[in-house]
Amino acid sequence: MTKQYTASSRHTEHASPVGSQFAVLKSPQRGQLAALSIAAVVIMVGVPLWWRTTETYRAWLPVSQINELANMQLQLSADVEVVFARGTVTPEQQKKVPLTQTQDEEHTVDGDLIFKAVCDPMVTKYEDCKLIHADLSLHTLSESPCGSLVVYVIPESSSLLPEDMDVYIGQRRTALLRIGAQMRVGRTVEQLLAHLEPRIKQVLQVMSFSHTDITAALSDRVRLSPGNKESIADSMRAFKSSPGYEITFSLLNPDPKSHRLHWDIEGAVQTYIQPLLTKLAPVANFSLDSQTLYYAMLGVNPRFDSSSSAYTLNSDSLAHVINPVEARLGSNAASSNPVLNFLLYVPDAHHSPLYIHDNKKQEVPSNAFHSPRWGGIMVYNVNGFYRPEAVLPVDININMAKVMGVFLAQLRLLLGVQSSTAPPGFLMAPCGSTGLADWELDRLMWSRSVENVATATTTITSLAQLLDQIGNIVINDNIAEQVSSAVTSLQLAVAELEAGNLGFALQYSKEAIMASERAFFDPSLLHLLYFPDDQKFAIYIPLFLPMCVPILLSLLKIVSEARQKRREKQAKKD
Amino acid sequence: MKILTFFSLFSTFLSANSINVEENAGQFFSSGHTNNWAVLVCTSRFWFNYRHVANTLSVYRSVKRLGIPDSHIVLMLADDMACNHRNPKPATVFSHKNMELNVYGDDVEVDYRGYEVTVENFLRVLTGRLPPSTPRSKRLLSDDRSNILIYLTGHGGNGFLKFQDSEEISNVELADAFEQMWQKRRYNELLFIIDTCQGASMYERFYSPNLMALASSQVGEDSLSHQPDLAIGVHLMDRYTFYLLEFLEDIHPASKANMKDLFKVCPKSQCVSTPGHRTDLFLRDPGSALITDFFGSVRKVEITMETINLTDLIKEAEQNPMNEKPQKVTYSYVDQLPVSEIIHQKPKQKDWHPPDGFILGLWTLILLVFFKTYGIKHLKHIF
Repeated sequence: MTKQYTASSRHTEHASPVGSQFAVLKSPQRGQLAALSIAAVVIMVGVPLWWRTTETYRAWLPVSQINELANMQLQLSADVEVVFARGTVTPEQQKKVPLTQTQDEEHTVDGDLIFKAVCDPMVTKYEDCKLIHADLSLHTLSESPCGSLVVYVIPESSSLLPEDMDVYIGQRRTALLRIGAQMRVGRTVEQLLAHLEPRIKQVLQVMSFSHTDITAALSDRVRLSPGNKESIADSMRAFKSSPGYEITFSLLNPDPKSHRLHWDIEGAVQTYIQPLLTKLAPVANFSLDSQTLYYAMLGVNPRFDSSSSAYTLNSDSLAHVINPVEARLGSNAASSNPVLNFLLYVPDAHHSPLYIHDNKKQEVPSNAFHSPRWGGIMVYNVNGFYRPEAVLPVDININMAKVMGVFLAQLRLLLGVQSSTAPPGFLMAPCGSTGLADWELDRLMWSRSVENVATATTTITSLAQLLDQIGNIVINDNIAEQVSSAVTSLQLAVAELEAGNLGFALQYSKEAIMASERAFFDPSLLHLLYFPDDQKFAIYIPLFLPMCVPILLSLLKIVSEARQKRREKQAKKD
Repeated sequence: MKILTFFSLFSTFLSANSINVEENAGQFFSSGHTNNWAVLVCTSRFWFNYRHVANTLSVYRSVKRLGIPDSHIVLMLADDMACNHRNPKPATVFSHKNMELNVYGDDVEVDYRGYEVTVENFLRVLTGRLPPSTPRSKRLLSDDRSNILIYLTGHGGNGFLKFQDSEEISNVELADAFEQMWQKRRYNELLFIIDTCQGASMYERFYSPNLMALASSQVGEDSLSHQPDLAIGVHLMDRYTFYLLEFLEDIHPASKANMKDLFKVCPKSQCVSTPGHRTDLFLRDPGSALITDFFGSVRKVEITMETINLTDLIKEAEQNPMNEKPQKVTYSYVDQLPVSEIIHQKPKQKDWHPPDGFILGLWTLILLVFFKTYGIKHLKHIF
């Protein structure tokens, strides 16, 4: 009992000094002080604290540079060296020929200036070039770097070119241009140059880039107006630019009881395909694999054509061949790269030989067809390799050179190496053992660089726009880093394209596209938290309203009391 | 397989009679797509939502029949019907009463199953923002020439769709996801079909080009189910999807039926609700868009006209010198079922709780402090 009293008395003792101090202030003033201090704490401490804790972390993005990129114009420069052979210009004229001349061509798409093609024909040497037949020897005269061209102007009377051909395009980056008949006598330098200019431009359009190529490559940024059907078909056929591709060769053997097939795929790939892929290494990485599928039938029954006593597949049924087979082709589960499938189908003994007919019911010499952005299928007939009374199963070695010839042609088409028909009067050298001429590689590199730059620009600008619109998304540091590096690479790529360094331009454009894709497809950028405004109010009102009402009311009371006091003071004064 | 051969024979017969080169070339260019993808999502789970799973699987079967391979289909199902202990016929999912058609079958490939069907995963699949470890079969690897079919079914409301009874996706999120797909050119044309209550609200907010949308009911209406099966005990299909499938049964890979026919599927007399569609964002005329542009996968082909003449001989691989024996690399498999580890492993760590005696002791302490402060006389009120 004693303890209790002591405790309570101690309690009151402690209470009194504080209470007395507090009791000194008058009650209404105490209330006002309390309300004002609470309001002050809420406004000065609470609101900033709430703001900071509900803020999403957004790293800084170079928005102004991104907006600049959106309005950027591309300038492509190609260096062209024009070499006059003996007999084309007289020595006096040679002195008057200007050494460099820049040709600008502006190309607009939809009224916006999109790119300028700048060609520098540098007439550097009046060379004493011997009339040699092999194109390779011309090549050793001047090594031209990636992206540039050398055009040799040869006299009218030379016998290098056949009669009706005026231009010869070699395997490397050289071309032979035969000077026209009207330029034989009595011409001035200006006339000569005026005559040569459009012809050199035409050569340039075939060997480097043309308006249609670049607009097709820019189709990401610019809505492609329906041009001619060929350009649309080309753009639909070739795969989009990607850092890597996977190529799969499959051998389909529906009839293992009759045919035992052997194909030296490793050797064939090493000898025929690998040189092309090595040459294309600056453009993309390639990974190759192969497989054999047994009892894999085509989904279509071929018809027997009694006139040629062979089975035929006509072009309309080809479209239905691919789908049933595709279900059985595997793919590499680890990568997301586009896959090119090349199938070699050996028909079963009961449906041999099998030929593909085109629209005009003619046999197709290659006996192969391809599907845009998918791959190619070739039908290889083996009934000629064994007699009908041979013991089954027969061992058959497949002629890989023939097969790879077809697959290589299909691979070229699918990768975008256009086999556009040459303009009249042009003679093209057959592409060498690698399957790709140097200037074709340059062409591909031009369109790929432009495509990469366009795609990366679109990606970055749309990402910036998206992050701007949706305020809830957290922007981590790594995303900001990727965006900055993409912007830097894009600026460098554009600069290199302007300077004409194709190799560097392609490399920078590839880096730009990889960084921009990584930033855009980062898994953390998911706008899951969409709060419409009414839902935001519904969340915050139950939290803040009960707290704010007493404060507001007490502040209003303070204001009304102060006003009343002032009125009383006025009344007292009067 | 037989049906496919029959159809292809049928189509070759038809086309043999009416070959028109210009027409075929024109078709090559009119649709502008080279491959097809399908994303089929069933957003419900539990036994009484059997009909949603049957809906999705029936559309899956049609799409596969018309040619889209499994590698191009992303199927998201809760997949708890076939092996549900309330299923009187295990390992089957029927879509017709009297158990006529088993849509589950042997070769269904479900990419996202069970609790993986979430709003987050669905949006990740659409926008492509998947973690790098995601396998290829779970990704939508479409490009700017892909036509995508998206089919959603489940329970929905005005402006939202319920996912697995625990979360929702709103129509604004869906429209934003499609816009992000468009920004990255992840589709050429997109057909969006939704079979839920008030389904038309889900496509109200779309604003990206090249989208066409169909819904089974307008805002304020409910989509109804079609028929119960007395043996299984639940409704098997929804009306709209039932009539949609009846329509699709007549479509074969070479069919020329167009989208306008699809809009006529399931009028109000059959469906009780009013199906709706939206085509203002679609750039082509819907009459020129074929059903097989979205539901099938008709490949464009071109004859290969050129070949390259290769004359090099295949180089023989160099023989190893006979002194070096080829190194034998022994591979060993990881123990697939480490039985000894499983038997002897410690029980799984649950979340830490304070020991039971602690809480009791804490309360005793509190009571003692209380009574010391305020006196023992209050104790009798407690005990």
